[in-house]
Amino acid sequence: MLLIDCPWCGPRDEAEFRCGGEGHIARPDPDTADDATWAAYLFDRDNVKGLGFERWHHRHGCGRWFNVARDTVTHEIRAIYAMTDPKPTGGA
Amino acid sequence: MSGFRLPQGGRIDRTRPLAFRYGGRSYAGFAGDTLASALIANGVSVVGRSFKYHRPRGIFAAGPEEPNAIVQLGARPNLKATQVALVDGLEAGPVNCWPGAGFDVGAAAGLLKRFLPAGFYYKTFMWPGWRWWEPMIRRAAGLGRVDPEAAMPDGQRRSLHCDVLVVGGGPAGIAAALAAGAEGARVVLVEQDPQLGGALLAADGAVIDAMPADTWLAAAIATLEARPDTRVLRATVAFGVYDHGLVAAVERERIVWKIRARHTVLATGAIERPIAFENDDLPGVMLAGAARTYLLRWAAAAGRRLLLFANNDDAYRTALAWTSRGLPVAAVVDPRRSPDGPLAEELRAAGVPITAGAVVERALGRRGVTGAVIRHATGGRTKAACDVLAVSGGRDPAVNLFVQGGGTLAWDAAVAAFVPAAGGQGMPAGAAAGAFALGRALADGHAAGAAAANVAAGTVPYAEDDVATPLQPTWYSGRDQSRCWVDRASDVTVADVVLAARESYVSVEHYKRYTTSGMSPDQGKSSAVVALALLGAATGRQPADVGTTRFRAPWDPVPLAALIGQDRGPQLRPVLHLPTHDRHAALGAMIEEYGGWMRPAAYPQGAESLDAAVFREAAAVRAGVGLFDASPLGKIEVRGPDAARFLDRMYVQRLSTLKPGRLRYAVAATEHGIVFDDGVVARLAEDRFLVGTTSGGAGRVFDAFEEWLQCEWVDLAVFVTPVTHQWGVVNVAGPEARALIAAAGTDIDLASAAFPHMTFREGTVAGIPARVSRVSFTGELSYEIAVPARRTAALWDALAAAGPMVPFGVEALMTLRIEKGYIHVGADTDGTTYPADCGFADAVARRNDDFVGRRSMRRPDALRGGRLQLVGLLPEAADATLHAGAHVVAAGGGSDGHVSSACRSPAMGRTIALAMVRDGRARMGEAVTVDDLGKTVAARIVAPVFFDPEGTRLR
Repeated sequence: MLLIDCPWCGPRDEAEFRCGGEGHIARPDPDTADDATWAAYLFDRDNVKGLGFERWHHRHGCGRWFNVARDTVTHEIRAIYAMTDPKPTGGA
Repeated sequence: MSGFRLPQGGRIDRTRPLAFRYGGRSYAGFAGDTLASALIANGVSVVGRSFKYHRPRGIFAAGPEEPNAIVQLGARPNLKATQVALVDGLEAGPVNCWPGAGFDVGAAAGLLKRFLPAGFYYKTFMWPGWRWWEPMIRRAAGLGRVDPEAAMPDGQRRSLHCDVLVVGGGPAGIAAALAAGAEGARVVLVEQDPQLGGALLAADGAVIDAMPADTWLAAAIATLEARPDTRVLRATVAFGVYDHGLVAAVERERIVWKIRARHTVLATGAIERPIAFENDDLPGVMLAGAARTYLLRWAAAAGRRLLLFANNDDAYRTALAWTSRGLPVAAVVDPRRSPDGPLAEELRAAGVPITAGAVVERALGRRGVTGAVIRHATGGRTKAACDVLAVSGGRDPAVNLFVQGGGTLAWDAAVAAFVPAAGGQGMPAGAAAGAFALGRALADGHAAGAAAANVAAGTVPYAEDDVATPLQPTWYSGRDQSRCWVDRASDVTVADVVLAARESYVSVEHYKRYTTSGMSPDQGKSSAVVALALLGAATGRQPADVGTTRFRAPWDPVPLAALIGQDRGPQLRPVLHLPTHDRHAALGAMIEEYGGWMRPAAYPQGAESLDAAVFREAAAVRAGVGLFDASPLGKIEVRGPDAARFLDRMYVQRLSTLKPGRLRYAVAATEHGIVFDDGVVARLAEDRFLVGTTSGGAGRVFDAFEEWLQCEWVDLAVFVTPVTHQWGVVNVAGPEARALIAAAGTDIDLASAAFPHMTFREGTVAGIPARVSRVSFTGELSYEIAVPARRTAALWDALAAAGPMVPFGVEALMTLRIEKGYIHVGADTDGTTYPADCGFADAVARRNDDFVGRRSMRRPDALRGGRLQLVGLLPEAADATLHAGAHVVAAGGGSDGHVSSACRSPAMGRTIALAMVRDGRARMGEAVTVDDLGKTVAARIVAPVFFDPEGTRLR
């Protein structure tokens, strides 16, 4: 059970949250994206072993979405940041 | 073995005798006993039969590592007698024998032992197949009985937060808790035993801080309990360490605690391990520490005459305890050449002979140990008589929780055991870290506690250590490997280990599964390291290279009732009740669950069948007026300057062109282009909408709105508020709807010109403030009257009293909407249905701007031929029966789609159906064959609107 430090509510048990899958997936311009680009947007996910970027929703709390940088092997949460923040780089 | 109770001593309350029964016989014990200590005190030597060979077995250990004494306690199977607290009137028995542990028919399996080696099942029961054999084998080998009729005990789940969690209330754990809480940190100490003290509960003459260990222990417990921020949980087993340091523990087998601590100290102690010799599974052979614990803690001597076989000084304490109680010790057999030190001195002074450089080769006896064959360093053999043979091959730190938390282990040659090395989510301390001696354990625990609480280390509790000669690793000492037991609970012998190695099961994980070693209720707590050392010996590897199997939760079995907690019966998935629930119950409604709501399916009159009631109600709505509680329909308010823009992006239909006061039906899709929900949207004002969703979709539509707003369109100024439960809704449907509402009283002008179809008005109905939508899911003149939820029943009563009406249920509503060809998302659509497949191709085509899912609707999969499309189906026989799920048979066989909704239609006087049929829209009029539960039904494809296709009735 992860302990997730909600930026609005503080550290809370994973059971209060819903994982929304990989974060930072840019929505292509639907008018210009070809089928392959659109399919990649819909279906292709990195499924990394190690540092991964996800978005989480405090479903049973404040209801806010935010980004989480989490090591998928150790479950260490390296960063929690706003939906509008860019993907952390370097030491994250 | 002929156990008995000492006339005095022990931590039992002799003023409180308890009567109990085991295997049908009556015995007596005392408060403070476990079932195991009471059985020993009563001289019961055979407590059960082994799992595979049905060999007689006695109590072997004194804690959760017990492999033999697996008992049935009433309706509860597979408990360890060492963990069952004795209570008056307790009724227990062995699990694996018939008719009793003393005489067991299954023991014949023991005669076949040589034919039942490891992997026997896999090799033998191949033909005609495992399934054929399994029931027989299960019956022969089963452990315990589950009584399906028995009431499940109450369980609970609770949460606990603290600064420092200390797991284990032995000397190290108590020292840790004392140090951690010294400056007011919130400390939780959990101990699996009902009493704190651990090894101190069976320590003879130990001295801590210059006082008897008992005095020190009592003072320490008093200190802990006096601290307001320290909480002590006894009889609480910490069974799992999970991500981010979550520790799960179960108290008194009833309460599951989820404990979040900033730091955890794992003072989980150590488990003694045996040395394998021939017939070492005889009753009377037990772990040295267990024999000592029974004697000192419960004043229960496991036998009259002790023989100790040990490779370490600590086990000498068992012989010392024996002789100090005036009981004879036949010998101490020690493989070490020259054991020396304070404990050896004490033994010799007491006149106990230490046979150095020797091993026990074989235990003698049939139903209990009567003696042992000792093999000397010279190779010579002697016999010694005894009725309890205590064995110790050293101790293994209880590293289960440490490894669960990600810690790694290292082989420590000094103690010949795996000890915590690095990582993990808790600090191991004391015996759990390999610090077995009392003084070291206290110091270690103290340091860990102080570090965990980040406080200055105070005075360290002191005890002198008296162990001098290092342990000598000894794994087995018998000759006939097939008679040397490794895992008693699973009946695995040294020969089985060697066989597994010979058959190339060299990975410890493969070995474990092949032999089933370590897979019983004790989970190999006392046998695992012996097994892996033997596997190493058989494959030319050191234990460090063999490694351990993976440690997983739970450390000890947890009752499912405790894990389930209150999540059972009606609380498993609480249902929602309509605000008018009582009214429907009073009307005799048949109430069923629909998407989490308890709703009337229909209102059968007298002996009327459900089918007849549905037919009657649907007909009555078309002929007069019906009432329906539509409160579950999802309601979401969407507000803000960008509300219209936002909804344009969420729905297939454009909503920004909707005028205030008007309603529009809209379909929502997922980003994959699949139909997701539908409903009627009202525009309350320029910047304010009331979005209707399906009853089951209210939650997920709200979630989708929030996700898009927060994650993608963060620039839109929109507030979304779910209000489903704030409003109760009564639907008044039928040609007499207007008259009924007027009779109930309203200030809203109901005339069609003033209040046309698909518009919205606010006012009062029956004196109650109401939002009224003129919208129809039945095809009739229809109003949905929304009032504050608390006043729904009053509205219902007023309408019901206003004139003749018929209450109708969900099933009649379904009949009415099928007659009109209105889709029901989730019934007529599934996870492959695009809006264009179910009648919304024009709506999609009309949009030239983006909305969720639009781009996906232009993917090749959405545009290809051969898609399933919504059509109507008319069976040739008007009274044919059709069910949703029946398949339209393709010309070449196989499926050409399926019936998605079907009913007996009063309006059409026949059976009708909606179906998703391959290329259905191009096949109007085609005759098809439908396979309905194996029956063939001839039908014709028609347009999916059966009744009043022009919609004149609802206008």
